[in-house]
Amino acid sequence: MNDTLDVVLRLIAVLVVFLVLPLVVGQTEHKVMAHMQGRLGPMYAGGFHGWAQLVADGVKFAQKEDVVPADADRRVFQLAPAVALLPYLLVLIAIPVGPHGFVGQALDAGLFFVLAVMGVGVLGSLMAGWASANKFSLLGALRTAAQLMAYELPMLLAAASVAMAAGTLSLPGIVESYHWWWTLWQLVGGLVFFCAGLAELQRPPFDMPVADSEIIFGAYTEYTGLRFALFLLAEYAGIVVLCGLTTVLFLGGWHGPWAGSVGWLWTLLKTAVLAFVVIWLRVSYPRLREDQLQKLAWTVLIPLSLAQIALTGVVKVVIS
Amino acid sequence: MNPGTVLAAAAHHPGFLSPTGVEITFVLVGLATLGAALLTVTTKQLVHAALWLVVALGGLAVEYLLLTAEFIAWVQVLIYVGSVVVLLLFGLMLTKAPIGRSPDADSGNRWVAVGVAGAAAVTLVWVVVDAFRSTWINLHGAVQGTSHATGTSLFRHWVLPFEALSVLLLAALVGAIVLSRRTDGGKETE
Repeated sequence: MNDTLDVVLRLIAVLVVFLVLPLVVGQTEHKVMAHMQGRLGPMYAGGFHGWAQLVADGVKFAQKEDVVPADADRRVFQLAPAVALLPYLLVLIAIPVGPHGFVGQALDAGLFFVLAVMGVGVLGSLMAGWASANKFSLLGALRTAAQLMAYELPMLLAAASVAMAAGTLSLPGIVESYHWWWTLWQLVGGLVFFCAGLAELQRPPFDMPVADSEIIFGAYTEYTGLRFALFLLAEYAGIVVLCGLTTVLFLGGWHGPWAGSVGWLWTLLKTAVLAFVVIWLRVSYPRLREDQLQKLAWTVLIPLSLAQIALTGVVKVVIS
Repeated sequence: MNPGTVLAAAAHHPGFLSPTGVEITFVLVGLATLGAALLTVTTKQLVHAALWLVVALGGLAVEYLLLTAEFIAWVQVLIYVGSVVVLLLFGLMLTKAPIGRSPDADSGNRWVAVGVAGAAAVTLVWVVVDAFRSTWINLHGAVQGTSHATGTSLFRHWVLPFEALSVLLLAALVGAIVLSRRTDGGKETE
């Protein structure tokens, strides 16, 4: 009975995190982007600096009509937002926050689980793009698929480098065997992982699949109301997951002063800094063109990640 | 007799007449996987076939999980659901796969294909049943499918097949590059 209660409590905690953190990131994006562009951003909703803006947005989305285009493939069209969103919820379960089992569920092959399930989320965009019966949506889905195939490989290779260094595939195990000099050792891998992750989330500067000046909003063009909001939520949940994973794999997770008592705070802090960087990149870089995107993945990121794996192997053999 | 001893007795003396919860789940997931696989080959809508394939491959991953092969299960999701199906969908979208039925989704080779698939299925089922007839996985003992156990057996006992497969994949890779370069119209780019 106690075990069941423990599992239920952990799952509820993960669900709460899943519902709260993406909204926090979204609100931060509103405010940080505004200030970087010399604006104030939302100021009215909720009173203090518009803190309730996203709650108000959610209410607005829920009131809108849920339109399914007449020629669309109804079931696939309606199922797509769930397929896009749920994988990130599952991934959050496996990300360790603090020492001593502060994790939704410790998995033996956690690294593989996380990468595998994150890859499934893209199916949601593909389903949405095809089922909309709209040429812009189809183009967006095609670009999504091409981008995923190009960036999945460097992401996996960079993650494999960390697994080699730690000698385990379990995420808490990787953080436990972390030393401060790993960040320098795995620096290239970390950058590759972060870039490839951004590309998988289709965040600027890798947002060619949803380029509004060319194809309106890519695969999500035909969506309205709550289903559109679910796609947006998936994007922000993706940011949380990517930053959390980068923290766990490359920045040492809960390691820091007084890690025993406030370790979870370090994880959250590092994740928050990375999320800030994600927003910062959106404000400062122009969108990469499709050929530039592919060239970056195949001619820069993959060779770099292979070099990182070689370096990891050599250092690992030398120090052991 | 309370339920606890019944379960313990079932665990000690495995048999087909007293299935445990895991075994029932295994059969149900297997039936769902089989259904999805049948829909994959019988549906007239091309993209639906690819999506049913996702369900079938995902069901297989769940079966691996139930057999305690956690590592293999996640690799299955990563490679097949995450990459192969995305590649498949990419290809289908390039052909402008229509919404609704594709009239030419039927093949004249249907009955030959059914024969080949049936023969392959019978052979595989027969071989697997014959090989593992009396093997039972102890779900309460040490997990047999951890990444550690899989890695040890792969790189201690099965290194040669592993390397042979790598060479095969390398050959496929080189072949793909050669084929895709030849379609350039014979122009040398260097």
